[in-house]
Amino acid sequence: MEALYAITTGILTASGVYLTLRGRTFPVVVGLTLLSYAVNLFLFSMGGLTTHGAALVGTNDQYADPLPQALVLTAIVIGFAMTAFAIILAMRSRGDLGSDSVDGNRTDREDPRENKA
Amino acid sequence: MQHLPIFPVLLPLVVAIILLRKREGADPVRRTISITATALLAVVGFWLVTQVAGGETLVYRLGNWQAPYGIVLVADRLSAMMVFLTALLALGSIIHASGGEDNQGSNFHGLFHLQLMGINGAFLTGDLFNLFVFFEVLLLASYALLMHGGGKARVQAGVHYVVLNLAGSSLFLIALGVLYGTIGTLNMADMAERVSQLPADRQGLVRAGALLLLVVFGLKAAILPLYFWLPRAYSSAPAPIAALFSIMTKVGIYAILRVFTLIFGEQAGGLAHLAQPWLWWGGLATLAMATLAVLSARDLRMQISYFTLISIGTLLCGLGMESTDSRGAMLFYLVHTTLINGGLFLLADLIADQRGKVGTRIVRSRAFKYTTLLSALYMMGTVSSAGLPPLSGALAKAWLMSTATLSEGLWLWPLLLLSGLAGVVAASRAGSTVFWRHSNGERVSERLSRSKLVGAVLLLSAAPLLVILAGPIGGYTQATAEQVAATEQYRSAVLGNVTSVAPGASADAD
Repeated sequence: MEALYAITTGILTASGVYLTLRGRTFPVVVGLTLLSYAVNLFLFSMGGLTTHGAALVGTNDQYADPLPQALVLTAIVIGFAMTAFAIILAMRSRGDLGSDSVDGNRTDREDPRENKA
Repeated sequence: MQHLPIFPVLLPLVVAIILLRKREGADPVRRTISITATALLAVVGFWLVTQVAGGETLVYRLGNWQAPYGIVLVADRLSAMMVFLTALLALGSIIHASGGEDNQGSNFHGLFHLQLMGINGAFLTGDLFNLFVFFEVLLLASYALLMHGGGKARVQAGVHYVVLNLAGSSLFLIALGVLYGTIGTLNMADMAERVSQLPADRQGLVRAGALLLLVVFGLKAAILPLYFWLPRAYSSAPAPIAALFSIMTKVGIYAILRVFTLIFGEQAGGLAHLAQPWLWWGGLATLAMATLAVLSARDLRMQISYFTLISIGTLLCGLGMESTDSRGAMLFYLVHTTLINGGLFLLADLIADQRGKVGTRIVRSRAFKYTTLLSALYMMGTVSSAGLPPLSGALAKAWLMSTATLSEGLWLWPLLLLSGLAGVVAASRAGSTVFWRHSNGERVSERLSRSKLVGAVLLLSAAPLLVILAGPIGGYTQATAEQVAATEQYRSAVLGNVTSVAPGASADAD
């Protein structure tokens, strides 16, 4: 299970980093979202992976570390708010700057129809 | 007073909630509430400083849970000083903002206090995960404030700032995950205890986690490869926000100082001083780049942003140096540079108001009325920032240079002095253009907003005041440096029930 978990987190991170480095705001926002998913998975696993263990001491011999679960909840909430903000910002910059490039100074040359939509 | 350490977090939160109730406009009532609350925060900050000046470490356990399990707020000399400094800077900014800037968009005052809450929380928390949470609070508020009033330049700078900081937050969480997985705790005092007993096979991972943290804090503090967002963001932000932002980079500096002396400091065994070389060379490189860049600035606010970068380079060098004395000098420089650079941003806005369409660009403009007053203030600020005697910058830089060892001095002295020279050249060129080169025609007399002026003067008056009060303040920063170096006191205060007294307790403080 560890290997599957690690590979999933790795692929998510790689995709996130790749998309974050793109030149347009939409892929960047998607990239940041993927990155935050990967981070949440990573945080969740930081206390070690336990199967069939409740986060309660005393009910079972095996119990999961409750702290990462609490932390990942916080991280999810914050990440969610940040993503919402980033999307609004991307739309705002598209409207204000007339381009969805992250630098805001190039016009949309690739697809002129985008402007009308 | 037992609950004092949580006041600087609760007060802005409550005020922010009150102020957020109505979105639009900034009427006199809300301005009064906002300014009064900030002044009150300054009083609380000063009170906190007087409480800890003797060397006690105040520990506030939320819900009275014992330290490694519960959440703690810790106020020692360093935290108290930063909280007080934040409040002073905020007071100047908010008075300036009440001159009309707060009316450019909605919710200015509420967001301003939320940001103060985040900053104060970051300074006071004794737990790495809570440091992350408070970072997010201050960042979210700063995203909105940076784009307050809108406009192309702000949105453009905002996209970079937001994306970079979101990526930074992800890195922060990864670092926290690695550190928790290997050390087993996120309470800073507890981490410091455990890191010394770490088995050798885990040291590599911990080192990776620690250096990831350095990258995150370096992004906040703007170390060389990570500073490119700063000039644009600071120069396009509304003036009071740019002024408040000059404490934001110091949040990064504070976090580096705290984490890399408390957790990865003297006692950390194989991991001791692992950030030191990065900070030293990174600081020197930042200093060198900013020195060149300040000469190339074509806009007053851009120039002040590079002044800020010079100061960050200097601070990082101070962090990277070996002796505790240089840490004390660096903290004195931090107080000086935060207030002066904040004041300069406010002053630039006053100048822009007078010059009309030209704004802060360094080009010929129409003649304006308050040239003498504004140019005198500008000269005071830049002379102090560049580090010419007799103002505070010279004192701070001289103290820092005097604490350098020979091999450190060989690098630090020339770079620091050259950065001062570049600052003087850039400021005198900009000043002579802005204040003396006018197009022919009528002298325009725009209204000089009184509250904007008061805000700027309040912050710039730090330049002479820091010289006059250099004795007590220097003594306090020196004692702070000694306390930061004596980590066992912090650990025993947080983990045990004792409030022990620092070795440098006899040093007098204001």
